[in-house]
Amino acid sequence: MTMETGEVLRATDLHTYFAVRSRGIIPRTIGQVKAVDGVDLRLDRGETLGLVGESGSGKTTAARSVLMLVRPTSGKVELEGQEITSLSARALEPVRRKAQMIFQDPYNALNPRHTVGGIISAPFRVQRVEPAGGVRNAVLELMERVGLNPEHYNRYPNEFSGGQRQRIGIARAIALRPKLIVCDEPVSALDVSIQAQILNLLRDLQREFKIAYLFVAHDLAVVRQISHRVAVMYLGHIVETATREVIYSAPLHPYTHSLLSAVPIPDPQRQKRRTRIVLQGDLPSPIDPPSGCVFRTRCFQAQERCAVEVPPLVEVAPGHQVACHFPITVGEVPAKVQSAHAAAPGEDDGARDPVTGVHFYEPGPPHA
Amino acid sequence: MMPSGSSFDRPFLQVTDLAVAFPTEDGLVQAVDGVSLSLERGKTLAIVGESGSGKSVTAQAIMGLINRKAAKISGQIWLDGQELIALPQNEVQELMGSEIAMIFQDPMSSLHPFYRIGDQIIEAIRAHRDIGKAAARSETIDMLRRVGIPAVERRVDAYPHQLSGGMRQRVMIAMALINSPALLIADEPTTALDVTVQAQILELISNLQDEFGTTVILITHDLGIVADVADEVAVMYGGRIVELGRTAMIYERPEMPYTLGLLSSVPRMDKVLPERLDPIRGNPPSPIRLPKGCVFQPRCDYFERVSGGACLTVRPELLPSGPDHFVRCHLRVEERQQIAQDVLRVLAGS
Repeated sequence: MTMETGEVLRATDLHTYFAVRSRGIIPRTIGQVKAVDGVDLRLDRGETLGLVGESGSGKTTAARSVLMLVRPTSGKVELEGQEITSLSARALEPVRRKAQMIFQDPYNALNPRHTVGGIISAPFRVQRVEPAGGVRNAVLELMERVGLNPEHYNRYPNEFSGGQRQRIGIARAIALRPKLIVCDEPVSALDVSIQAQILNLLRDLQREFKIAYLFVAHDLAVVRQISHRVAVMYLGHIVETATREVIYSAPLHPYTHSLLSAVPIPDPQRQKRRTRIVLQGDLPSPIDPPSGCVFRTRCFQAQERCAVEVPPLVEVAPGHQVACHFPITVGEVPAKVQSAHAAAPGEDDGARDPVTGVHFYEPGPPHA
Repeated sequence: MMPSGSSFDRPFLQVTDLAVAFPTEDGLVQAVDGVSLSLERGKTLAIVGESGSGKSVTAQAIMGLINRKAAKISGQIWLDGQELIALPQNEVQELMGSEIAMIFQDPMSSLHPFYRIGDQIIEAIRAHRDIGKAAARSETIDMLRRVGIPAVERRVDAYPHQLSGGMRQRVMIAMALINSPALLIADEPTTALDVTVQAQILELISNLQDEFGTTVILITHDLGIVADVADEVAVMYGGRIVELGRTAMIYERPEMPYTLGLLSSVPRMDKVLPERLDPIRGNPPSPIRLPKGCVFQPRCDYFERVSGGACLTVRPELLPSGPDHFVRCHLRVEERQQIAQDVLRVLAGS
C-alpha cells in the first residue's frame, strides 16, 4: 500500500504538549504549552511540504515531533508505513537512517572540533554502514555533490563561510540516502545570494534522490520557491493547507491572507499599491489559547461564533483544507479590510497602529 | 544623492570618502572603503548589502559608535552643518540620542534587562533635557502609546523580559524617538521579527517619520523592505558603494552586475515561479583580502567583456550614469544597460 502510493510520512492527530511547572521544592504541573495541538501531515516520495507560520506557531515542534526528537504527547507518526511513535529509543536507531534533519544555524549544527570529513562520515559510523568503495570515498563524493572542494576534507568548520557550512550539513544529511529530510529554516541565516544557491542545491538533490522535504520556514517567498504543497500553522494548529498554487493565488483563511499581504515585494511601484493587512496585537499565549478559533483575537473576519465553536479543518476543494467559519477570497479582502479599519474600535487599550495602509492586496501571479 | 557636492549648499547629511579599517591579527580589515553619499532632510536612504559589505559599519561610523582607538577612521561626515569625525568623543556623545538615534536588530542591545522600560526612557529624556521626573514620565507614557504598546499604564513599569519581541522593538523605537532626533539609523530593525510584526513596525516608523520629519537611514538585506520604504538606495559590496540612486531607478534600471545578481537571487512572490533561481556564484570576498581591481570581479559574469582586463587590476570609481544615478563598474554604459534589460526580462518571466 505504502509503496504504491509512495507515501513517505504520515502524521495523524499529532499533539505535543510541554508541561509548565511551578517553582519551589516540589514543582507541580500548573499548565501545558500546547505547542502542537492536533496536526496531520502527509508527504509523498520526492515531494516538499512547506510548513509556514510565525514564531510560536509550533511549526518547529511539529517538525521535531515527526522525527521523534521531541516525543509527541499523543498521535501517530508513520515513516514509510512503519509506525514509529511507540518505538523505544533503541528501536528508533535504524529508523533514523530514513529521516534526517538540516538545521537553521550552520554555525551551531557542526562540531567545531571535528573535521569536515569526520562530520560527513558520522552517519556511516553511527549506523555502521560500509559503503562500497569505503567511507572516505563516499564522503569525498558527497562533498563534490554538494559543491564543496573535496580537498578540504581535513579542514574544520570555522574555516568555512555560512553557505559552505550549510553545504556540509546537507552532505551529512544525504549521506545515507534518507527518504525524508526535515529542513528547519535552512536558509534564513544566509545571505540572499547564498540562500538561492542552497535552494537550488536542495531542489537538485530532491530530483536526483527522490527525497521528501518537510520544509519549515517563515519566509513565504522561499517556501513558494521550493514547496509543492504548503501548510500554514497558527498557535499549534494547521489553519490552511493546499497546493502551492492555491495557497499563493487563492487562499481562503484570513491568517493566510494576512501573512501574504505582509511580505514586502521587491518592486517599489507594486509594493505601494498593495493592501497590507496589519494584524493587531501579539500571538496569544499557547498556555491559554483563545476559545473557539485560535486566530479569532486577531482576525478581521471574527464573529461571535468564532469564540464558541472550534472550526474544523475541512476540505473545500480536492487537496485544499481550511479551518475557518468565515473563509474569504482574495478578491473580497481589500473591501473587507478597509471597512474593518474604518470602523476600528479602540479595543485592547489602543494596541492599534495609528494608520493602516490601504493599498491594493494583489494575489500572486499564476505559476509556470 | 550626489556622492560629492559643493560645500555651499550642503545637504542635511553628507558623507565624504568615509573609510574605516580595523587592525586584526590576520591583517587590516578594510570594512568601509571610500563611502560617499548624501541625504536630504526627511528622506529615507536604504543601505543594502550582504554580510561583510560594510553597511553596518558605515552606519556605526555615522552614529559615532566606532571605537576610535580600535579602528582607523578617515573622511568626513557632515550632519546639519556639523562635521562629526573631527569632533571630540564627548561632543559626539552629546549628539547621540538627541540629534542621532539608532535602533538595532536585537532590542536587548538597547534595553537594560535590570531596569523597568519606563525608567530607561525617562533616563534617555533627562540625559539630554532639563525636565522634571513627572513630566518625563508622562512624556514616556505618551510615546509608548504612540508606538502601539497596549495597556501602557501597566507596561511602563514592566521589565524588558516581560514583553514580546515585537513589543520590545516598539519600546526601543520609542526610546530612539523620544528626543525627536533629526536622524534615525535603523540597522536591520525587523530582521528578527515575524512578517506580520514587521509590517506593524515598518508602518510605525514611516508614520512617525511623517509626523516628526525624521531623516532615516535603513540598513537591510531585504529588497522587499527597501522597495516598501526607501526613497534612495545605496548598494554596498566589499566595503564600497557599488550603485546609488533613487529607489525606482535601482529596481527598474539597475546597472551594476551585483545589483542585478541580488535582484535575481531573491525568491519572489510577485513573479512567475522560475524553475531555478539564478544566484550570484561563489562567496562574498574576505575583507582582509579584497580583490585588487573591482571587488565584485571574482563573482561577476561580465568582467571578460571589459577590454584589457581592467576589472582585475583597476579599481572602478563610482561615476554618474544618468541623473541621480551612480554606478561603480568598468562596463560601458550602453553595454551594462543592455545586460540589465536582458536580465530583468528573464526575471519578469517573459
